[in-house]
Amino acid sequence: MERSIRARELTAFAEEIRVETLKTLGYAGFGHIGGAMSIVEVVAALYGEFMRIDPSRPDWPDRDKLVLSKGHAGPTLYAVLALKGYFPRMMLRELNVGGGHLPSHVDRNKTPGIDMTAGSLGQGISAAIGIAMGDRMSGRDSRTYVIVGDGELDEGQNWEGFMFAYAHKIDNLVCFVDKNLQQLDGYTKDVLDTGDIAAKLKAFGWYTQEIDGHDMGAIIKAIKSANSTKGVPSAIVLDTKKGHGCTFAEGVLSNHHMNFTPEQMEEAMKAANERLEAARRALAE
Amino acid sequence: MFKIKSELKKAEVPMRDAYCNTLMQMAEKDERIVALDADLISSSGMKPFFAKFPERAIQCGIAEANMIGIAAGLSLTGKVPFAHSFGPFASRRVCDQIFISAAYANLNIRILGSDPGVTAAYNGGTHMPFEDMGVLRSIPGITLIEPCDPVAVADIVSQLSDVYGVYYMRMARKSSIAVYEPGSTFEIGKGNLLRNGTDVTIIASGIMVAESLKAAAALEADGVSARVVDLFTWKPIDTELIVDCAEKTGAIVTAENHNIFGGLGSAVAEAVTQNCPVPMEFVGVTDRFGQVGTEDFLRAEYGLTAENVAAAAKRAIERK
Repeated sequence: MERSIRARELTAFAEEIRVETLKTLGYAGFGHIGGAMSIVEVVAALYGEFMRIDPSRPDWPDRDKLVLSKGHAGPTLYAVLALKGYFPRMMLRELNVGGGHLPSHVDRNKTPGIDMTAGSLGQGISAAIGIAMGDRMSGRDSRTYVIVGDGELDEGQNWEGFMFAYAHKIDNLVCFVDKNLQQLDGYTKDVLDTGDIAAKLKAFGWYTQEIDGHDMGAIIKAIKSANSTKGVPSAIVLDTKKGHGCTFAEGVLSNHHMNFTPEQMEEAMKAANERLEAARRALAE
Repeated sequence: MFKIKSELKKAEVPMRDAYCNTLMQMAEKDERIVALDADLISSSGMKPFFAKFPERAIQCGIAEANMIGIAAGLSLTGKVPFAHSFGPFASRRVCDQIFISAAYANLNIRILGSDPGVTAAYNGGTHMPFEDMGVLRSIPGITLIEPCDPVAVADIVSQLSDVYGVYYMRMARKSSIAVYEPGSTFEIGKGNLLRNGTDVTIIASGIMVAESLKAAAALEADGVSARVVDLFTWKPIDTELIVDCAEKTGAIVTAENHNIFGGLGSAVAEAVTQNCPVPMEFVGVTDRFGQVGTEDFLRAEYGLTAENVAAAAKRAIERK
């Protein structure tokens, strides 16, 4: 059961990222907790297993790239980049600090390891397509990953990108849809019902899988399958929970951006550390 | 260095041919050059490029926002993308993509917005950008260029492979008046003093350069000595030259195929009022939308004529 061992290792890595993400948000005292928590597992799989990277060379042209189009989930990415050694963990204290390196929304000019600036929703898909095409034109076998939110799919530019990537056979690209069912004003079905996202992506010609976005084994399997697909772009719709694993955010409707008390964060950190310990115990079994 | 034609006549080469030929020459030598278009290569004259370099020519369809984002992504991998659409769709429609995906992200792209202002002619108000440069000018670090003839287009475009940043150029696709002798060279960010004078300076770009030269000739017949400057770079603006014009001639007229609100006149006024305030007059579109018509009809309708420029020059001199 080699795969399940790797899945358990990556689950432990994910919980470590979750702890560091909460700690990072804790320094600031507020932030985009919901959407940061829902992408923890996929980010762990990408940086822990799939992406060809060299933290000592963030600008290495042959690296794989990630565009975090839902740029407000930056803290999760900051946590994993610190854990991978792109910058000292101490720097995580700079979240939203004026003049610091870690703005609320990801910025390629501010943070080592951030491949693309994002924050104005809907734009990441196009940048990711451009990166994938540029690498393909240059004969590089690099892969590009992009993470978009389900609420973000309200933006029409995504659908321009989906059409284009199919028409141009961009098969070195994987798009993850973080389907956490919520956006700033409430449930996605109430704000602007996205309908069946996977069916739509399939109709756009993408090789599309829909999986439990918090199940590491499923994530590993889906990315492997996507990465071996030729001729069409790949989409992986991640069924996730906004705020997953954060005691004061999970199950809360207005958890897109939250203020919290030190006591709430203390309790969340305690629970997250317990999740991490449990994941590590599972690894030892 | 540049030399201007002794006589103003229609250019032999359409602007779009100068653009396409120059890009093809560049692409021969430089693998980084990539062209993108939004279902307008038949209009932009880029068919030869798309035929010759299919692997570096990207047809995006009618999806300009996606096109600009792709251009930004391409530049992240070291490519030098040139994206085209009609002016309004290459500027105001994609303002946020240019702002965030390209400029704010500190990436390296070029955008051609064709058929500025009245040169959109029969395409009318929906396609007639009097606002493209104004919309984009508040994007930090962007470079805005409006060449006036094919010689200027060729030399300026040839410089765009080795500079870094976001460059927007507006250019009529078809015929123009030939202002420059072949071989003339242009320095981005610097204006060209085309004609010296002592009483007033006319600062223009694009189609208004030839009109301004005509106006200066007419003014000379009336005993008025007018300087003419081709300020083909709107941003960064050549403050040094503008201040020199204000100091030496004491009055300035701007002439632009654009809304005077947020246009060339506004940019020149910022330099003038901060450094050497002198009377100014503004020739351009007075906060109106476009409409259909021949280019001649539209030039007359919006006052983009040599006669209007000359009259404005006299008004500016009277206010000294």
